[in-house]
Amino acid sequence: MSKIIINGRECEYTNEKNVLEVIRNHGFNVPTLCYRKDLIKDFGACRMCLVEVEGKGLQASCNLPPRDGMVIKTHTEKIRKIRKTILELLIANHDRECTACEKSGNCELQKYALEYDVQPTGKYLTREVHLPIDKSSPAIVRDANKCVLCGACVRACEEYQGLEVLGFANRGSQTLAQPIAGKQLAQTECVNCGQCAAICPVGAITIKSQVEQVWRELHNPNTKVVVQFAPSVRVAIGEMLGLEPGTNLTDKLYSALRFIGFDLVFDTNFSADLTIMEEAHEFLSRLEKGENLPLFTSCCPAWVRFLELKHPDMLNHLSSCKSPQAMMGSIIKEFVPKYYEGFTHENLVSVSIMPCTAKKGEALREEFKRADGTYDIDYVLTTQELAKMFNTAGLNFKKIVGEKADSPFGKYSGAGTIFGVSGGVAEAAVRTAYEVVTGETLKDVVITPMRGLDRVKTVELDLKGKKLKVKIVNTLKEAEKCIKEIKEGKADYQMLEVMACPGGCINGGGQPISCNEPIIREQRAQGLYDDDEKGQWRKSHENPEIKELYAKHLDRPNSHKAHELLHTTYSNKRKDCYISVGEE
Amino acid sequence: MIKSTIDIDFSKIDDILKSYNYEKSSLIAILQKVQELYKYLPEEAITYIGERMEGLSPATVYGVATFYAQFSLEPKGKYEIKVCDGTACHVRGSSGVLAAIKEKLNLEKGKFTTADGLFSLEIVSCLGACGLAPAIVVNGTVHPQMTPDAVSTIIDTLVSKERG
Repeated sequence: MSKIIINGRECEYTNEKNVLEVIRNHGFNVPTLCYRKDLIKDFGACRMCLVEVEGKGLQASCNLPPRDGMVIKTHTEKIRKIRKTILELLIANHDRECTACEKSGNCELQKYALEYDVQPTGKYLTREVHLPIDKSSPAIVRDANKCVLCGACVRACEEYQGLEVLGFANRGSQTLAQPIAGKQLAQTECVNCGQCAAICPVGAITIKSQVEQVWRELHNPNTKVVVQFAPSVRVAIGEMLGLEPGTNLTDKLYSALRFIGFDLVFDTNFSADLTIMEEAHEFLSRLEKGENLPLFTSCCPAWVRFLELKHPDMLNHLSSCKSPQAMMGSIIKEFVPKYYEGFTHENLVSVSIMPCTAKKGEALREEFKRADGTYDIDYVLTTQELAKMFNTAGLNFKKIVGEKADSPFGKYSGAGTIFGVSGGVAEAAVRTAYEVVTGETLKDVVITPMRGLDRVKTVELDLKGKKLKVKIVNTLKEAEKCIKEIKEGKADYQMLEVMACPGGCINGGGQPISCNEPIIREQRAQGLYDDDEKGQWRKSHENPEIKELYAKHLDRPNSHKAHELLHTTYSNKRKDCYISVGEE
Repeated sequence: MIKSTIDIDFSKIDDILKSYNYEKSSLIAILQKVQELYKYLPEEAITYIGERMEGLSPATVYGVATFYAQFSLEPKGKYEIKVCDGTACHVRGSSGVLAAIKEKLNLEKGKFTTADGLFSLEIVSCLGACGLAPAIVVNGTVHPQMTPDAVSTIIDTLVSKERG
C-alpha cells in the first residue's frame, strides 16, 4: 500500500489522481477556488491549494500526483501568508457588494476571506472600470466584476456540453472569461443549462431570479397562483433547508408551498406520467412505421435548444411531446378553471419550480404563448430560488407536517418520479411500452442497466421477441457524439434519451450548490429511486388521474385533442452570427 | 465589440483550413494566414474558424487571437504606423512619441485605428534600428530620431496628401 506523510501523519492512498484528494480523504483540507473534482482538465490556476513538499518546495496539490513516501505540509506559516496574499489580490479586484450578491453565503471567496481574516488593504490597485452585467439570458446573469478567473465555467461548458460558449479573452490583467468578442449570452449558442452558474465559486455567474415577481403574485389579492414542482426538486431542496442530500420532501413541499401562499399545488410528476403516455405511444407508432428513428426524448430544454441551434436538420427525430413542465402548463391553463372554483383564465398565475435554468428559457418559447399573449407558465423558479423563499418565510422543514397535492393533477407513479435522473425517462417509457406491445403485465419494473450516473448507457431489451435498443446519455458532449453516429449511419438504437446536465436533472443548474460533487449526485438519484420503490403505482398508465384525464378529455394517447394540448413543434434557431457549416 | 467592414470570402478561409488539415495544433499558423489575407482578423472569420475546426469554438479561437499581440482584431489603416518601444527607443523617448501620435490621431484607450480608416497604430518591440532611436515605421519606411513635433509633421503631410 502506498503512503504519503501529511502533516506528520502516514496516509494511505490508492487511485487518487492528485495529492489534494489524498489530503481530503484523510480528514485534512486545503482551500480551493478553481478545483472541481468533476472536471477532468487539470487547471491549477488559483494556487490556493499550495502545499510544501519536502525537497520540492511549494506545489499546487490539485496538480500533483501522489508518490510513495512523499512528505507534505498543508498549513505552514509560509503557505498561510501566500494564501492570504492571493485572497487580498483577488479581493482588490472584486466587486464586494456581498450583501446584495446572489451568491452570498455560498461564495467560496467570501468563506476563505473570513477564514484567512482578509481585510481590504489598499495595497493593491483595483479594477478601473465597472464591466457591464450581462442580463440578456433568460436563465443566468453574468457579472465579470466578480469573476476570479478560476475557469470552472469555461471548463464546464467545454467538458459537459462541448459548446465552449465561454472562453478566456485577452491576457494578463485584462483577461476575461466571456463569450466571443464580449457578446451577450443571448446572442450565442448558450443552451441555458446553467452548469456554469452551478460550478462558479463566486457570484460571477448566477441564476436569473424571479423570486420578487412570485412574491408579488402571492401577495396580490386579485390573483390565484398555481404551482407545480419537478421530480428532482423534492430530493435536493432539503440541502438548503438543513437536511441531508437525497431527503425526499414531497409531502412537506406540498404543505410548505401552500403555507407561503400558493393556492393550488400540483406535481410535475403527474405530467411526467402524461409525457410517458404520449411519448411511449409516439415511439411505438414510429417503430411501426420505421420513421424518424431513433426517437429523441424532448424533456430537456437545453437539449432541445442545442438541436435547434446546432442541428436543425435532426429536429424530425425529436419527440413532438412537450416537456413535463410545458404539459403541466397547458393542463393548468386549460383545465384548472374548469375543475377548481374561483379560478378563471384572467386571475390564474402559473408558477413552476424546476431544478433547471433552461426551463426559464423553455417557458418563454413562442410555441407556449397563448392567444391572450400570456404564456402557459408565467414564472419559473429554480430549486435554489424556492429554498430562499422558504427561508424568507421562516419555515422549519424538520417540523412541517406533510400534506397531499391537489387532485386532480397531483397524483403520480414511480415512473414519473424517476424522470429526474439520467435513464429515468427511458425506463419509464419502456415500462409502459412493454405492456402496450405485449399486452402483458411487466412484473420486474426496475431496469437496472438504465440506472446509474454513467454518461453513456446502451440497453438492449426484448419485448417478447421484439428487440429494442435504447441509448441513454447525459451531457451534450456525449449527445453530440450520438448525432455524429446517426449522421454517419452507425446508430443501431431506436431511442435516444438525452439530459444535458451531468447525471440528469438531479444535478441541474438550478439545484442547490453542490460544486458538482459526484457523491451528492448519487444521494439525490437514490432519493428518486426510493420514491419510485415506495410508490403506489410504478407505471404511468396505472396513475388513476391519468386514466381519468384520457377518459374525460383526451380520449387516447396521440389523439387529436392530445396533440393540440400536449405536443409542440420545433424550428431552426441558428444564430445569425454563426455561419452554417452543415452545407458545403 | 469588433465590427467587420469587409465581405468575407469563406472559401478562401476554407482553403487555408484545408492546407493545415483542420489541425487544432495549427491554429496560430492558420490565424496568421487569415490575417495576411485581410490585414486583421474579422470576427466572422474567427467565428467561422471556431465552427469549422473540431474541438474548438469561436470563443476559444477568439481567446487565442486576443492573447497574442501579433493578431489584430481591428482593420488596419491605409497607413500603418509602427512605433518602436524597444529598450533603446524607450530610453530615448518613445513614450512621448507614442503619446503625441495618439493625441494627434485622437486614439482613445483601446483604439488603434482611426475612425476614417486612414491610420492604424501598433507598438512593436525592437525594430533593430537602435542607432536611429527613437524610430517609427510608416508603411515600411523608417523614420529616425522621432520627436512629438516630427511625428506630427509626418502625419500632417500624409493627411494633406490624401486630401490632395
